[in-house]
Amino acid sequence: MTRLLRSPKIVVGLCLSVVFAIVAIIGPLIAPYNPNASASTTISTPQPPSAAHWLGTTQVQQDVLSQLLVGGRSTILVSLVAGLAATVLAVLFGVAAGYFGGLGDDLLSMLANIFLVLPALPLLIVIFGFLGKGASPNDAVIGVIIAITGWAFGARQLRAQTLSMRNRDFVDSARIIGEKSWRIMSFEILPNLIPVVATSFLFTVIYGVGTYTALSFLGVINTSHWSWGTMLYWAQSAQAAQQVHLEWWWFVPPGVAVGLFGTGLALLNFGIDEFVNPRLRGAGLTGRAARRAGLPRRPQLGLTPVLRSARRAS
Amino acid sequence: MTIIPLDRTRTANGASGGTPVLEARGLTKHFPVHGHRGARRAVVHAVEDVTLALPQAGITAVVGESGSGKSTLARLLARLIKPTAGAVLLDGAPVSSRQRYARQVQLVLQDPFSSLNPVHNTRYHLARPLRLHGLASGANLDTQIAELLERVALSPSFAAKYPHELSGGQRQRVAIARALAMQPRVLLADEPVSMLDVSIRLGVLNLLAGLRDREGLAILYVTHDIASARYLADVIAVMYAGQIIESGPAALVTDAPAHPYTQLLLSAAPDPDRAEPPSLRGRGAPPNLIRPPGGCRFHPRCPFAMTVCADERPAAIEVAPGQSSACWLHAKGLTAAQSRPLREPGTEARPLTEPVTEAQRPQGPGEEKR
Amino acid sequence: MNSSDILISVRGLCVDYGLGDEAVHAVVDADLELRRGETLGLAGESGSGKSTLAYAITRLLRPPGVITAGSAYFGSSVNLLTAGQRELRGLRWNEIAVVLQSSMNALNPVLSIGTQFSDVLRAHRPDMSRADRRARSGQLLEMVGIPADRLSSYPHELSGGMRQRVMIATALALDPSVVIMDEPTTALDVVTQREILEELMTLRDRLGFAVLFISHDLSLLVEIADSIAVMYAGRLVERAGASAVFRAPRHPYSLGLLSSFPALHGPRQAMEGIPGSPPDLRDMPSGCPFHPRCGYAFDRCRSDPPPPLLELDAGTRAAACWLQDGREAVPAELALTAVDAVSANSGGRA
Repeated sequence: MTRLLRSPKIVVGLCLSVVFAIVAIIGPLIAPYNPNASASTTISTPQPPSAAHWLGTTQVQQDVLSQLLVGGRSTILVSLVAGLAATVLAVLFGVAAGYFGGLGDDLLSMLANIFLVLPALPLLIVIFGFLGKGASPNDAVIGVIIAITGWAFGARQLRAQTLSMRNRDFVDSARIIGEKSWRIMSFEILPNLIPVVATSFLFTVIYGVGTYTALSFLGVINTSHWSWGTMLYWAQSAQAAQQVHLEWWWFVPPGVAVGLFGTGLALLNFGIDEFVNPRLRGAGLTGRAARRAGLPRRPQLGLTPVLRSARRAS
Repeated sequence: MTIIPLDRTRTANGASGGTPVLEARGLTKHFPVHGHRGARRAVVHAVEDVTLALPQAGITAVVGESGSGKSTLARLLARLIKPTAGAVLLDGAPVSSRQRYARQVQLVLQDPFSSLNPVHNTRYHLARPLRLHGLASGANLDTQIAELLERVALSPSFAAKYPHELSGGQRQRVAIARALAMQPRVLLADEPVSMLDVSIRLGVLNLLAGLRDREGLAILYVTHDIASARYLADVIAVMYAGQIIESGPAALVTDAPAHPYTQLLLSAAPDPDRAEPPSLRGRGAPPNLIRPPGGCRFHPRCPFAMTVCADERPAAIEVAPGQSSACWLHAKGLTAAQSRPLREPGTEARPLTEPVTEAQRPQGPGEEKR
Repeated sequence: MNSSDILISVRGLCVDYGLGDEAVHAVVDADLELRRGETLGLAGESGSGKSTLAYAITRLLRPPGVITAGSAYFGSSVNLLTAGQRELRGLRWNEIAVVLQSSMNALNPVLSIGTQFSDVLRAHRPDMSRADRRARSGQLLEMVGIPADRLSSYPHELSGGMRQRVMIATALALDPSVVIMDEPTTALDVVTQREILEELMTLRDRLGFAVLFISHDLSLLVEIADSIAVMYAGRLVERAGASAVFRAPRHPYSLGLLSSFPALHGPRQAMEGIPGSPPDLRDMPSGCPFHPRCGYAFDRCRSDPPPPLLELDAGTRAAACWLQDGREAVPAELALTAVDAVSANSGGRA
């Protein structure tokens, strides 16, 4: 476990993710104002950050920080649900297709390919448009609907991994003992695929946050339901209408929030990859100790490094 | 240093009395070839008409090079794959129920690094078969696991270890223990020591010999190393290109090989006692099994090939008590035409190349245009 | 012995994987000498460091390998450890060729054999004309027993044995004086292995190169090598002529290793191999690395630092064992002379 924390990627990624997790849980509770409340009805331009409003106000004098905190919960929740639902679907379809092969595999692969090819954003716009803007959507439902377009990629990855794992001897051994297929898939193959599942999950969450933000920004999802995308929607429509520019405190925070959230997850992903595949690590040959011993910065292939002490003595 | 008595001369046909425990009769397996241009029905003739019997309390070795079909044979006997023709008989009768068969016949695979699931510890690996077949439960489980580990000479503390904490030899012992958990009567071992370090191979082989002596298991030992087959087995069957071409008591087959291929194998095997380098008679590579040679499959390489060898496949002929060889050289009553040598004496067949595949040779992107 | 005959000389070489506390000592204090035309067999099991040693000498070891001490020279002048990229490039393939483990998979699948030979020749002999290259490629193939018209074949059209022959031919393309082979025949069938070894020996006799042959198969090395060095847990434990190692081993590990190969002829006897298993290099016992498995171990083996290679028989052989330092009574099986060995062997190995 402590080895995990030696990688800077994992540490930074973990910190960011934890911060956002906290925001998701307690955001609305610590928001200083009601995000819908207008602080004043007389001023009609967005106010820059001040002591009362740390991130300034919107055009109708709503507190940007509160919107950020309240919207954070929705955004993060939706992306997590999307990631979870998509991963569950990917595991079910991918592992089954890879293990059984034959006709089942062909059908499931075809299904996955269809969903891969379908343009996600237009499809979602249509679906949400159908559901009607008036209805106040549940975050979880939104997440599941987004997941419908996001499961196929992970399913293909898992299918490929299962196919290669299926030929491993321990699967044959399990069959010889008489294990049933579902048990083999769940308890023999799946535990070996956990790193792939984890990265697929994280990747899909990033996909979820991007898609949800895009949909909210386009105004497809109910614009009175606060999320980072919705903030951007309002910011953009206000500027377009009033030709008011340079209210950076209105659109930069939600944008940066989305970016940081995605970055945190991506770093976690890379960190897990590095941990699982030891070749990606420097294997102790990078870093200060190596430099002191006289080793080159990047070991070259075909030129095995020799310690300075050995070079001098020989 | 105890001497293994040489009276273990039970033949491959269970002539020591009684029905053999496991028997293969005329076992054949053809694998379909995918994406083969032209003839869609092309098949790989991996195993062809193999008849073999495993007697109680005996070790039978199947020796062959890669591509000889020996691993396929082991998997056929384990019923992991279905035969194209022929039958596998347990106590003389076919068994339909998979569960019942699994209780009697178990398989140990070659690669100790992949035959154990890296996410489960030894206890899980041994408990699963016990649980699945209702052989133990609850408190009983741990005692049984400890017993199993002792039978393969591992201390009970190994139960908590994960595969990556075990050496290759220890992993192989755990794999054997898992097979023994089902209390089988037959143990099929597919190259169990090939991937182990040399100094620990004998430990595992002695373990198998012990299982035969103490518990009366019928053991099939598949290997490419004829020296270890000679050491361990009572009976050796030699496979070439999917067929058994010689079988008999181990010492007899290695000291007085009757089939030219067996002679070739023995002369090629490393032997530090040898005074001079061996002379190989029968160079070349095993044939392409999609279109194997007609008649005797060894005839393209055989230094003694006759006309009849290219036309008809020889049956197994007894050359000594218990030893039989599928070679026309031992047949009696051949006509002069049949026994004419196929090639000029002195010009040895040297089919160094394999037939090029029918698929069009692609013009590689890196082709020399310089 | 003329010192200009010594092609590779290694003294006290130490190779680690990684640095600092977590470093794994893959090779410790290795001394080696390879003479012109000699075939030296390097025997050992997994973790013995035999491949690591060979690759370290040629600076081909991949990260995280580091050479931490010792010296390695080619001839009398080239210091292999301080040589730069250019110097090494000049040496490699011209003087030292390497056939890696399962190198038959090292052929580029989209290039024909002829193209790959041509690449090698062009890289090291830029002034060779195209016709010359083609002729030389054909010659190389014929040398290993493949008809020259196979130059236009692709790797997938050749069997494993043929591809390995192609790799050997590639190694000999520039007439090197040293060829290092790492388990060249392990992945091949017994008959193909024998054929390739035969051809290799013929070529060696004809072209006169030295061979460093790495293998776990000691019985094979006895047949083809002039001298054998046995490695265990990163150290050299015995060094002697091939038949001396076979008939009269001095180190308990060599003795145990020899009794791990069942004989093809003679009475069938129960054999033991060596109890225990090769050690984990990250968790080495104190003292001699072999003592946990050694039937002859005594106090000194545990308490003293590991024994160095001790010269025996007037410097003709060496073994790293405290039993051989003159102060102990040596068990009979570790003190055989060639004469004893012959008479003992005629009645079956004890």
